[in-house]
Order: sequence, then C-alpha cells, then structure tokens
Amino acid sequence: MRKTMTGHKAVAEAMRQIEPHVVAVYPITPQSEIAEYYAEYVHDGIVRTELVAVESEHSAMSACVGAAAAGARVMTATASQGLALMVEILYIAASMRLPIVMALANRALSGPINIHCDHSDAYLARDAGAVQIFTESAQEAYDYTLIAQRIAEHKDVRLPVIVNLDGFTLTHSVQVVEPLEDARAKGYVGDFSPNYPLLDVDHPSTWGPFAMPDYYFELKRGQQAGIEAVPPVFLAAQKDYAELAGRPYEGFLEPYRLEDAERALVVMGSTAGSAKETVDALRADGEKVGLLKVRLYRPFPYTAIADALAHVDRVAVLDRALSFGTYGALYSDVATALLHRERKPILMNYIYGLGGRDTTPQQLDQVLREMKSGDPDQGLRYIGLRE
Amino acid sequence: MAAKLKGWKDLPMGGVVPGGATPELNKTGSWRAERPIWNEEKCIQCLQCWLHCPDDSIMIKEQKMTGMDYDHCKGCGVCAGICPVDAIDMVPEGSAACARR
Repeated sequence: MRKTMTGHKAVAEAMRQIEPHVVAVYPITPQSEIAEYYAEYVHDGIVRTELVAVESEHSAMSACVGAAAAGARVMTATASQGLALMVEILYIAASMRLPIVMALANRALSGPINIHCDHSDAYLARDAGAVQIFTESAQEAYDYTLIAQRIAEHKDVRLPVIVNLDGFTLTHSVQVVEPLEDARAKGYVGDFSPNYPLLDVDHPSTWGPFAMPDYYFELKRGQQAGIEAVPPVFLAAQKDYAELAGRPYEGFLEPYRLEDAERALVVMGSTAGSAKETVDALRADGEKVGLLKVRLYRPFPYTAIADALAHVDRVAVLDRALSFGTYGALYSDVATALLHRERKPILMNYIYGLGGRDTTPQQLDQVLREMKSGDPDQGLRYIGLRE
Repeated sequence: MAAKLKGWKDLPMGGVVPGGATPELNKTGSWRAERPIWNEEKCIQCLQCWLHCPDDSIMIKEQKMTGMDYDHCKGCGVCAGICPVDAIDMVPEGSAACARR
C-alpha cells in the first residue's frame, strides 16, 4: 500500500520488518529520527530488539561488532561525525566479516561544522571494507535496506553494508513510499545463520585475534575475496526484490536516456532526480544528453561503468565532496574504469552541493550545455560556487 | 620449528580461530628482560603471586606453588612486588644469578 513518509520513517519501517536482535545507535542529525522511530517500536513492544543506547558512535559500532560476533542480527545508523567516530571499528567489523547493515544519512564532515548533505562522510568510509549503496529516494532507501540485509548476510560476503541516503533531502522530506507487507518483507530477508557464534558455548572460537606479518596479509586478501563476491550477490538479491516488489531495479547502475547520448552526467544519490528532469528538458530541445546513476559504490562496478559510458563523447562526473589534493573520488574511479578502453569519453570533474548547497536543474542544464564545446581543462570545476 | 604457513584460501573467514586460540602454543617468555627467581625456602605458600600474575605463569600443583613458567612469564615483576616475604627476586636476564637457575 502506498503511504507518505519521510526517508527516516522508510528506513525505520524496513528495520522494523527486519527486526534485528540488536540495534546499537547514537543520535546525530540528520539520522536521529531513524533511531527515534525504532526506539518507539521497541518501547511499544512492536519489535523484540535489544536497543542499546550507547554513549557514542564508537561504542555503537563496537556493540554491533560484539553482538554480531555473538551471533545476532544487528543494525545501526549514523551520519557525518558519527560515522567518523565509527570508522575505527567499521574497519574491524569488515575484517571480522560481520554483516552489519547501517543507514548513513549523508551529511558534510566538519569543519566548519554543518548539518546538511554532502558525501564526505561516505567517502571517508570508502576504503573501510564495507559495501556501499547510494539511494535516490525514500522508496529506494527502504528497498535497499531490505536488499542490503540479503547482501550482508550472504555466506560468501558477510560484510557491513552502508545504505546511503542524502541527509535532509531524503531523510526529512515526505515522499510516497510503497513498503512491502510485513510477511513478504520478512520472507524476503529470511533467517540469519551466523558463522562461529560466540554464544554457541559448545563450540568455542576466538574472534579478532592478533595477526603478525606472517598472517596479516593473507587475512586481508581473504577480506578482499569477501567484497569481490558482492557483485553477483547484489544482482541476485536486487532481482529477487524487484520481482517481489514490482520495481524496475536492474544492474549496479541506472542509466537514464544514455543509449545514444553524446554527453552525460554521472551522479550518486538524490541529485539523480534533478538530473533526470534536466535530461528530459534538454532532450525535448533535441540535445543528446543522458545520465548514469551509480547505485553500488563499493565494490565499484568498473566494467559496468566502462560499458555504460564508453560510447559517450563527453562525461561530467559529479562529486559531492572534495578529496583534497586530488580529483573527486567518484571521478577517479570512473577514470580508472575507462582507462583501458580504446574508445573513451572526455572526462570532466565537477564538485557540487557541499554542506547542503542546493544544486538546481538550471545548474545541471548549464553543465550539460557548457561541456558540449571547448577544451575540457583537466582541473576541478565547481557548480554553484561564488568566486 | 616453523610450521608450514597457510595460504589465504585456507584461513577461516574473518580471521576467526575455530575451537579457540590458546597462548599455550606461543612461547612468549622470550620477551622478558627480568626473570623472577623463586626462593622455595622463604615461600609461605600464600599464593598471592598466583592470584596476581597477569599471565598465568605461576605453576601450582595441589594448591602449592611449584615454580615459574618461564615459557610465558613476561618478567613484569608483579609477583615479586606482591610477595609478603620477599621470596621472589627479579634479576636481569643473562646475569650470573640467572645462569645458576
């Protein structure tokens, strides 16, 4: 049934249906309402989850690691500085192959302190070993929270999965969302069968052992195998979900009017919505423009990106964070994906929307028009920045 | 000596040690700079050293202290400090007092 709700509520609804054994969470804008909704479900006896009201995000992720190693299904959620505080333990959670699904309400990292959206928090956790998915709408945030559970708990993966949703733009705005019925959502997610659960006292095991130069390298290689196992698992989980829920989800990417495009944008998150409008308007004027939205950010779908973009003449990659001293992180990945293709587009890197700065369809229109001609200088370009 | 090391494919997921890891297999006593020397004649068998040893390196049998586990003792000196009758001396590794033992 179609309902109206915020992105917060959509994520909290998915969590309610998943009903993890443990949720350890600490409030931070713009994530807090996810935790607040979930705390209400616990208080009202709607879920039987153990809600751990920890004293920091470092403790939230630590409690998640402990509970997951014990054999529990666990979830959390955070944003910005909260993720920064979690990152130390997030690396450990990934190395211990613990399937912790978490919403990340994307918010700019300090400083200066800010509460609004950009992707600097997601980029901070880029190399942590967690799977990362970006969503465009409250509906997608709901859907991919369920899908993430299947990916995280797959026997070949067993990794934390971050579901990104743009802070305020998605978390706080009311949208139409069509959740699954509880039984169907629960049936889709299925049961969790943990590896070596610490609470299985008849089969003791040691978690998080010290690893010296003789084994550290091999253990990290094993972790790499875990994230390399994600792509087919992502596709299968997404396909099952798309069939169950009647959604058009397919592939690691969402191409939009890209087949015959001469110019295209590459974006992640809610800006894809504005970009689709812009593409439609320019197409109506006869401009051959298109869009590529990245759903799966880690592991990065290099081959799919190259296949989708190789025929385009000019591509502008939009990064919603600076990676100081180098190109935007998404641009660098897209460039790597195309490096060995014989036919490849001219690439440009635009930085946009830092600290919640609005990016309008008019600005995207301007990008798609200005990239048409002239020599692309290879430096960073900025959208909506005052000189 | 060194056992054949496993390749990455042969290691359990997440670095877990099924069955549990034990320091018994690792002889960590080589880290020690000072060695506790137990004087059996002065010892009153109060077992304070056994209670306080952070590394389970005080060997006991039938509730009596029988000696030091030098394969695992790190030489922290807690046993010598807690001993009420000064029955444990800390001596530098490699010294003459060590060699006699």
